[in-house]
Amino acid sequence: MRLTQGTFSYLPDLTDEEIRAQIQYCLDHDWPVSIEYTDDPHPRNIYWEMWGLPMFDLKDAAEVMEEIKACRNAFPNYYIRVNGYDRTLGRQTIALSFLVNRPENEPGFHVERMEYTDRQIKYTLRAYATDKPAGQRYS
Amino acid sequence: MISTKDDVKEKNRWSAGVTPYAEMGYYDPHYVPKDTDILCAFRVVPQEGVDPIEAAAAVAGESSTATWTVVWTDRLTTYEHYQAKCYRVDPVPGTPQYIAYIAYDLDLFEEGSIANLAASIIGNVFGFKALKSLRLEDMRIPPHYTKTFQGPPHGIVMEREYLNKYGRPLLGATVKPKLGLSARNYGRVVYEALRGGLDFTKDDENINSQPFMRWRDRFLFCMEAVNRASAATGEIKGHYLNVTAGTMEDMYERAEFAKELGSIIIMIDLVIGYTAIQSMSRWARKNGVLLHLHRAGHSTYTRQKTHGVSFRVIAKWMRLAGVDHLHAGTVVGKLEGDPHAVQGYYDTLRGNKLEANPLRGLYFEQDWASLPGVMPVASGGIHAGQMHQLLHYLGEDVVLQFGGGTIGHPDGIAQGATANRVALEAMIQARNEGRDYLREGPEILAKAARWSPALRKALEIWKDVTYNFDSTDTPDVLPTFTV
Repeated sequence: MRLTQGTFSYLPDLTDEEIRAQIQYCLDHDWPVSIEYTDDPHPRNIYWEMWGLPMFDLKDAAEVMEEIKACRNAFPNYYIRVNGYDRTLGRQTIALSFLVNRPENEPGFHVERMEYTDRQIKYTLRAYATDKPAGQRYS
Repeated sequence: MISTKDDVKEKNRWSAGVTPYAEMGYYDPHYVPKDTDILCAFRVVPQEGVDPIEAAAAVAGESSTATWTVVWTDRLTTYEHYQAKCYRVDPVPGTPQYIAYIAYDLDLFEEGSIANLAASIIGNVFGFKALKSLRLEDMRIPPHYTKTFQGPPHGIVMEREYLNKYGRPLLGATVKPKLGLSARNYGRVVYEALRGGLDFTKDDENINSQPFMRWRDRFLFCMEAVNRASAATGEIKGHYLNVTAGTMEDMYERAEFAKELGSIIIMIDLVIGYTAIQSMSRWARKNGVLLHLHRAGHSTYTRQKTHGVSFRVIAKWMRLAGVDHLHAGTVVGKLEGDPHAVQGYYDTLRGNKLEANPLRGLYFEQDWASLPGVMPVASGGIHAGQMHQLLHYLGEDVVLQFGGGTIGHPDGIAQGATANRVALEAMIQARNEGRDYLREGPEILAKAARWSPALRKALEIWKDVTYNFDSTDTPDVLPTFTV
């Protein structure tokens, strides 16, 4: 399966030039950019690991690209996403979030069904990858 | 003692019988509205021979303290305080219409009650004989009153953080045909549309609990579909389970069941009434379930320009009452909606501090005092080929709902959903890259269609579908272009 979290997952994976353009869009709006990575793709896994702090003072997309490359080198088989953050009043949340790296093989999710009373079913999702401990999942 | 002119006027004010409203204090061109006043703009068409100022004063009177004749019991009250005051009457050039501006003191209204607000402002006066027609165009709700309402159970920001979806409009579809599918078949449509790329699917307004599909069965099959689709994509998905029913007890029962099944969102129809909406809003806040409102029935009173209540007023009331989603027009689809007026509704639902904007039909400034925004929903006759226009007119915080435009795809529902998602993401990418996407939209879509067969088919089949009818409800002010 193809994990389709993030703003551009239905497009072919963005090239570095395309990623740079999206980062420029964030910087043009004064949205600091941050990089996060994970090997737990569960849709309710909110807190991916932070690749350093949000780059509040970085104004050059090329420098962000260098950080992305460094993160990819460290975690080549992880999901890596770039977030643009909008701190304006009334937003104070992420404005853009897209994947810039994904594992080669994405085994997907299992739907666990627990049969309950009155035909109800309690559902839960489990990523096949997370059957293994963190750090050994997509090797 | 020598009586002054004012004394004479005062004496006449209390003479038994009928006194013109304007002379009873309901018209005061010198009145300066207080920051705490609720302001209304009414479009008034007086009967032949009725003075427009008297007609406007009558509206102020009948929507506040007045009755048809002088009553001495007014004198037991600080009546000047409770009387609504019409402070301005503007003719609408080239028409028999007038815009009357009326100020109401905050004390006229119960805290946190749309029912009370509506009963006051539109309760009696719309049937008044001296008027040919009357329309409530807009209201300014001061923060002093706004803060007495709960507002949206979650709001736009919380919804996005809950869904983990940013930087693009959300996508949805209403299951079609809207009547007749069994629960099993219905759930199939939900599964295909969600796994294909939509974020939400939706019950239609009149899907409640009919003989062909009872509500409980629908809920069970839809949740199977939602969870399967979530597993297929790794995304959070939802189906608006319509809990509209004949009694509050039934609605609570259905909402509780939806929650127990793990649904992230439920739905209600506008026709359940303002008080029921506020009750469901409170339930949704308490239980952490998003609340979608379908504006079923609104066109019966919002569409005609000279009579009824403008949708921008309904939008304001619903933001106060507290819903997370509200249908607010598409501009380009099959349902009524002048582009500027629709943008005014969207501003009303999403903005925090709005200036008056006659071009968009906004008569007053409006300070929402950080009340969270409502996610507008665009639904009805829209398709992937219009993506550039939809993004341009409606912006990013919106749910774009393609019902026929998903389910009618020749290669199946999932392909229809994928076509919409590809078109949307391609358009967002192009916009962010600085392209003139409104003008270049068709090229941007055509380029994406080269690698996306789903989008290619969608563009081919719906390429010529447009709805070019004049709107009946348009702002008075038109843009003027200078060279």
